[in-house]
Amino acid sequence: MSPFVTKVQQLSGQNLLACYQCGKCSAGCPVVSQMDILPNQIIRLAQLGLREDLLESKAIWVCASCMTCNVRCPKGINIAEVIEALRQIMLRRREDHVDVKELSDAERADVPPIALISSLRKFTS
Amino acid sequence: MKLAYYPGCTLKNHAKNFEDSALCAIEALGVEVDEIDRWNCCGTVFSLATDDLIHHLAPVRNLIRVKEAGADGMLTLCAMCFNTIKRSNERMKSSPEDLAVINDFMYREKLAYEGDVPVYHLLELLRDELTFEKVAAAVKRSLGDLKVASYYGCYLVRPAEIGIDDVENPTVLDDLMKALGADAVDFPLKTECCASYQTVDNPDIVADRTNQIVSSALGQGAEVMVVSCPLCAFNLDHRQRETARKYPEFKHIPVLYFTQLLAIAMGCTEESLKLDLHHVDPKPLLQGKGLI
Ligand code: SF4
Ligand code: SF4
Repeated sequence: MSPFVTKVQQLSGQNLLACYQCGKCSAGCPVVSQMDILPNQIIRLAQLGLREDLLESKAIWVCASCMTCNVRCPKGINIAEVIEALRQIMLRRREDHVDVKELSDAERADVPPIALISSLRKFTS
Repeated sequence: MKLAYYPGCTLKNHAKNFEDSALCAIEALGVEVDEIDRWNCCGTVFSLATDDLIHHLAPVRNLIRVKEAGADGMLTLCAMCFNTIKRSNERMKSSPEDLAVINDFMYREKLAYEGDVPVYHLLELLRDELTFEKVAAAVKRSLGDLKVASYYGCYLVRPAEIGIDDVENPTVLDDLMKALGADAVDFPLKTECCASYQTVDNPDIVADRTNQIVSSALGQGAEVMVVSCPLCAFNLDHRQRETARKYPEFKHIPVLYFTQLLAIAMGCTEESLKLDLHHVDPKPLLQGKGLI
């Protein structure tokens, strides 16, 4: 197993090989329309250790951590945790996805603290 | 049962309507709660990475404050706070090693945490402790024929281990609305995510979600939607502006916190409803129904 696959499994606490590609996670994902690779494909690419395809994907930043995939996976895989692991690998290299300085004053004032804090928790290191 | 109330950040500003209406309503129901002394932000999202222990400090610190207050448990209103704190609590209960690390890190706290503070959402208190029969008996102003679509979103019900109701088909909010005399309108997207924190850097995706969720509720005849999360409220109410820009056919609907309808039913004053904090003005509807 490549160090990358080991890392993803460790950070997510999931056994990637349990996935049998039924596609149920992608079928119920509410934001799938904006994803370049779908949740089931994320798991497949992770099984194969296709690091760059995963870390350069848009999908890992589109996921809203809604947990729908997790509660529906017939194999009990927590897909949201796998996606979090991928985001964490990027964030731990200081590759932030959101820069609060780029938001206008109006945008910052407009959104409630719960939105700003959760966005920064998910998208910055 | 004496519960310590954890408000969370947004209930002190953007969601003051959530807090004031809830506190007025539960007082009318005879429930006594004290706000936790020196509470801090819970972090809003539960840490999903196995090794990310640092983000459990904030929830655990709040649980220590509950112990210091000598309360029997923590009462939450915001669905995200509820989820984050309850999940951290479950992790502390199931992992003595993690708990020991956290306690070591916070060695200057007067109490060590032992995983022994139960975390409740207000809806559980109303359903399981007070019971909806008693809530119904306390109604001073019935909601009449108001058609209410209850939106559950994610964090009240997922994951199943901490959810307060059925993971695919929750009914707790609908049951409460019926107890208050309203017509509960079921709709297929009641547990579909509003895209949550994407609202900060990708409001476009929230517009898609809001369009679908609101249209689904309207399609079933809803006149108003109720929520239990300030982020859902922002996305489903305030983001209707962006939604209408992107989808010209989009029809608006007022979005309330469930506690605002509870407060109306319990005879609270309009002052406690803070109806000015909404984007889509709920007053014409509520006035039309004789509720304010
Ligand atoms: S639902 Fe589970 S088993 Fe099916 S494709 Fe997704 S991760 Fe794999
Ligand atoms: S947790 Fe992420 S990947 Fe899973 S259904 Fe929700 S948005 Fe989609």
